[in-house]
Amino acid sequence: MATVAARIGEAPQRARRGRRRVSFWTWFWLVMAGLYFLVPLYSTLEFSLETGQHQYGLKWYGQVFADPAFRSSFLFSLRLSVETVIIGLLLMVPTIYWVHLRLPRLRPVMDVISILPFVVPPVALVVGLAGAFNAMPWLLSSSQILAFAYVIQALPFTYRSLDAGMRAIDVRTLTEASQSCGAPTWKTLVFVILPNIRTAMLGGAFLTLAIVMGEYTISSLLLFQTFAVYMQYVGETQAQPAAALAIISFGLTWGAMMGLFLLSRRSRGGGRGTPAAVSR
Amino acid sequence: MATLDLKGIRKVFGSTVALEELSLSVGSGELVSLLGPSGCGKTTALRIVAGFEAPTTGDLLVDGEDFVGVPASKRNMGMVFQAYSLFPNMTARQNVEFGMRMRKVARDKCRSRAEELLGLVGLAERVSNYPHELSGGQQQRVALARALAIEPAILLLDEPLSALDAKVRVDLRQQIRRVQTRLGITTLYVTHDQEEALSISDRIAVMSDGNLEQIGAPADIYRSPRTEFVANFVGLMNGFEGSLQAVDTVVLGAAQRPIRINDAAGVTVGDKVLVLIRPESVQLEELADGASAPEGVIEGKVLMHTFLGSVTRVSLSSDLGDLVADVPSLRALTMPPDTRVAVRVDPVGVRMLRR
Repeated sequence: MATVAARIGEAPQRARRGRRRVSFWTWFWLVMAGLYFLVPLYSTLEFSLETGQHQYGLKWYGQVFADPAFRSSFLFSLRLSVETVIIGLLLMVPTIYWVHLRLPRLRPVMDVISILPFVVPPVALVVGLAGAFNAMPWLLSSSQILAFAYVIQALPFTYRSLDAGMRAIDVRTLTEASQSCGAPTWKTLVFVILPNIRTAMLGGAFLTLAIVMGEYTISSLLLFQTFAVYMQYVGETQAQPAAALAIISFGLTWGAMMGLFLLSRRSRGGGRGTPAAVSR
Repeated sequence: MATLDLKGIRKVFGSTVALEELSLSVGSGELVSLLGPSGCGKTTALRIVAGFEAPTTGDLLVDGEDFVGVPASKRNMGMVFQAYSLFPNMTARQNVEFGMRMRKVARDKCRSRAEELLGLVGLAERVSNYPHELSGGQQQRVALARALAIEPAILLLDEPLSALDAKVRVDLRQQIRRVQTRLGITTLYVTHDQEEALSISDRIAVMSDGNLEQIGAPADIYRSPRTEFVANFVGLMNGFEGSLQAVDTVVLGAAQRPIRINDAAGVTVGDKVLVLIRPESVQLEELADGASAPEGVIEGKVLMHTFLGSVTRVSLSSDLGDLVADVPSLRALTMPPDTRVAVRVDPVGVRMLRR
């Protein structure tokens, strides 16, 4: 009996030890993957901070921030990002809402359309845009054409984000409940649907921001000086400022991703509602 | 309060006929339930009344006014849905205020009416809670308050209790009925739960495969089903083939067992009939060992018990076939399985349908 009891007592301890043990190979591959990503990043960071023989500082960062071309290209890309987000959301939110509400059979078609930008090379997109808007040279030379092109480039991400947001709520029941309260369709969209897909919209917006800030091919082919084009130019002429720019760009992208992560955590942990209500 | 008339409403989805010439009237202040199994067309009928579906043919009249083609947002009908339909981004009060805000009611009046209605449904202390902070029953009560806030001409409820557990269902259906009676709102209530329909309705419309089988007061539906479907769907029924032997006697089965009836109900002597007997009308008496059932009394043997609380459903075999009897549970203890019993039928509980 005592032997059996002892063996029974041992079993949970063995299980607990088993749960804590992670295999050597799991750690090995984790470390390898970490090194693969972190070593080049660290090298770039160190190179961007080198100001002389074993001397480090923020000199190159200061040079970059002081460059008027940096400021103008950064703000230009930022403005394009905002325009792209606004155009994309204005186009996609009502469309996806209507498809979910009235035309669910079109969802597979939308899924295919949304991944076409992955298939069409940016060069082909630019050639297509130039041909399509040939009769409007004022548009081709305006930065608006870039925003339109970026809406297409960001389409997979905007669509997926908004589609996931719509799937997470019962669009049909909420719409019908709103209509039974006397709200027309546009008020239902504004007062009921949009507040409940806010996280999805912000997620799409952050992804669009990251894409637009880093996009090079389309802007260079259309001869616009965006942030990515500026980075490429600096990279061809100044090595260390280019490294600093790369770190800045990396930081921007990670900032956007962290923003998305924090938003999604807040949405999962607190449920829908204002922070004050969630904390009650 | 308004009256509601459905006249020859037919609805076809592709090649599927969901509603077959449904005609139904709901009087002012009346609560009529649409009762039937899944797929019978009851929700389709409700959605046509609400304006979420258009009828293929037929007329929909509210207070005599044609409502076909009127958008749902302009029908002044409050609706409580089966799925939780509260707006997740709004508190209970804001949900209830929503309809009034759409009608541009003054803010202070919105607030006071919302609080009044939430008090009416017993949620005065939950006005500032969001839907995810409320239980299922509380959410449905907020949904009811929201539907009432716009002072609707007609209240529509689409299986509002089906997602709730049994105890909450019973409490909430009583509350719905109390509120509906107090406010005198004309109401159309969809459910597949016969107990729910029987307990709260002024009239019940039993539906099957897009057709209206029977409409009447709950007691009439239960005691006098006019079709085999209604007999089997509403409550449990023992059914036997038979024929009318005399105005007060019907004979059952191959054994030609006679049982007394109170009313031949338009059936002619000699007609073949389906005889319907409610389990509570079947009376059992144990037979002593070796004893036979008296002349004219059916003899049976207990097969099994199903304990239902105060009542036990006793399954029997007899020369008529298998049947069930609802017996007070204390009495059922004296008739375990394999007990031989004499089976008597109370004529009050016997109905016939002509074959």
